[in-house]
Amino acid sequence: MSGLSALSLSFVIMFYAAAAVFIFGLAAKVYGYAVTPAPLKIPTTPAPATSGGVALRMASEIFLFSSLFKGNKWTWIGGYAFHVTFALVIFRHLRYFLQPVPEIVSLAGPPGVWAGVLLAGAAGYLFVRRIAVDRVKYISSGADYFALILIGSIAATGLIMKFLLRADVASVKSFMMGIVTFSPVNMPADAMFIVHLLLVMALMVYFPFSKLVHMGGIFFSPTRNQVDDCREHRHVNPWAA
Amino acid sequence: MGELLGKYRSLKVFLDICVKCGACADKCHYYLGTGDPNNMPVARQELMRKVYRKHFTPAGKLFPGLSRAEDLTEDVMEQWYRYYHQCSQCRRCSVFCPYGIDTAEISMAAREIMDSVGIGQKYCNEILGKVNSIGNNLGINKAALGNTLEFVEEDVKETTGVDVRYPLDEKGAEVLLIAPSADFFSEPHIQGFTGYGKVFHEAGVSWTVSSYASEFANFGMFIGNYGVMQKVARRIKDAALDLGVKRIVVGECGHAWRVAYSFWNTLIGPFDFLDPKHRNPTHICEYSLDLIKRGGLKLDKSANDSLTVTFHDSCNVARGSRMGDMPGGQFEVPRDLIKAMCNNYVEMNEDTIKEVTYCCGGGGGLLTDELMDLRVKGVLPRANALHDVMQNKGVNTMATICAICKAQFTKVLPYYGIPMETVASVHQLVSNAIVLGGKKGV
Ligand code: SF4
Ligand code: SF4
Repeated sequence: MSGLSALSLSFVIMFYAAAAVFIFGLAAKVYGYAVTPAPLKIPTTPAPATSGGVALRMASEIFLFSSLFKGNKWTWIGGYAFHVTFALVIFRHLRYFLQPVPEIVSLAGPPGVWAGVLLAGAAGYLFVRRIAVDRVKYISSGADYFALILIGSIAATGLIMKFLLRADVASVKSFMMGIVTFSPVNMPADAMFIVHLLLVMALMVYFPFSKLVHMGGIFFSPTRNQVDDCREHRHVNPWAA
Repeated sequence: MGELLGKYRSLKVFLDICVKCGACADKCHYYLGTGDPNNMPVARQELMRKVYRKHFTPAGKLFPGLSRAEDLTEDVMEQWYRYYHQCSQCRRCSVFCPYGIDTAEISMAAREIMDSVGIGQKYCNEILGKVNSIGNNLGINKAALGNTLEFVEEDVKETTGVDVRYPLDEKGAEVLLIAPSADFFSEPHIQGFTGYGKVFHEAGVSWTVSSYASEFANFGMFIGNYGVMQKVARRIKDAALDLGVKRIVVGECGHAWRVAYSFWNTLIGPFDFLDPKHRNPTHICEYSLDLIKRGGLKLDKSANDSLTVTFHDSCNVARGSRMGDMPGGQFEVPRDLIKAMCNNYVEMNEDTIKEVTYCCGGGGGLLTDELMDLRVKGVLPRANALHDVMQNKGVNTMATICAICKAQFTKVLPYYGIPMETVASVHQLVSNAIVLGGKKGV
């Protein structure tokens, strides 16, 4: 690690810490869900009667947000755009962590940039919705605005680096490669990149302690993941005989 | 609360993952009826979530002000009492939530917590007292029950000239019929009960009611207590064992069907002492429809010709259970049965039926006069949909398969100018259309 500037060293340490909080925090949450018993069968019916059917139901929730679609089309449009573009953007970022860059990741490059634009737009749309729709305003709290602002700013700083104050992609990449290969090098002296990275680390730390754990929690929602076969198979409650 | 979080995955996951998207917000009949923002399902959940944050999340512990975290103070408790008793546990909100968050689970947990500190709701607890001492929610003792059954027998004899039996505590009967106790007394419930007897008569099957377990409803679910629910259900298993029946058939009741269909196997199963040929428990609608499909009932649909019928899906049947073998059977079985009984059938607006049906407004332990104002407001979405088909399609009868729905509707629909006679039991239509002595023993 010799030759690392103080700034780079502190960022490397912070990054490892943030990643650890994110990974272990989320894992702890998910572990907590997994070990908590589900005493009764409570699928929201009509529910699939086979586990294959449940897998389909879960897939349509995760990939299509099908219940939200039933619930509110406008929210669905915004929420769906937000999540899909976020996923694409993250996928595109693999180019900074992998060497050589797999072809599929390179291919995702250009659409990934536009996804970033859409992501910032969707965050803005959702934010405006929270303020403009009375019902939604009533239920929104600081945490809800914070999450949108945070992710929106990450997208915005990323876009600024892409379009306005072009970052030196090569040195960004070597810095990130240094981190993932555990042989850190100095970070580029680029203010926008530093802000971007700081925000991302904030998101990683915030994630496991916020509503954002819905990413892991959705898999454990008993009203969605249970098979409706109550009469055929006895479901046993682990804490009562 | 910590204890419940360790026992119910639903609670633990649901308290964490709501993203406040608001998809559920305008889906609750109590919100639509009262306009009170705290009746938005997500706001209802929030009452518990803010206490949860205070005690179980780092942000809530460190910055209670920033994250809207609060202690369970007397004020908060008062709000809990008010708003968790404005949820009929109908699960409509859970249909639209991207994570399937079921406010009913949270209401139940809240009620259990309130019960544990001695501020349970009077109505439910009185009812549970009666079912545990006398065997049913209405406190009907064995002699009175016997009289009622005799009365029904005489009535059927008078109107049809046929001896149809309504037996009580008959050992060795093939079928144990478990009905909600309202079926023994209330209108239009008792018309449906009359129908059950005629169906068994035509099937040529021996059956009995039990005086020990003369209640299908299970208010243990409403107060959210697993042990109480199990204890109430246990009486039914004991009665079945004692009478030596081969199968259990249950009457028209919504939440009770959810308990029976979804929970009995866990609470009091396995049912290996019953005949494995049958689904246990069997819903009376499944039973009657099966019999019709086998050609076992002779029917005269024209007996219902003066009626134009629509069907109200009861929330707990629609979203908490199933009938038949296919998902969605809970919608098809009663409809097929009704259509076999009458010539004029009309659906209400599709946003108000089947999976997204509106609650009657009286479920979840709220069927008490103290909450009359709420009950009248809660029925609004259903009343509108019904009114629409009455005006435009000539509907004069709304059939349903839940004792609470029937009691609630007959009481509150008149506030909207809809006569109480509009409400009917599904097996009342069956009772009208059956030609007794038509076929036997198929
Ligand atoms: S379960 Fe029904 S009554 Fe309760 S909040 Fe949801 S929609 Fe409203
Ligand atoms: S629909 Fe679900 S996630 Fe959205 S606000 Fe309601 S409970 Fe929360």
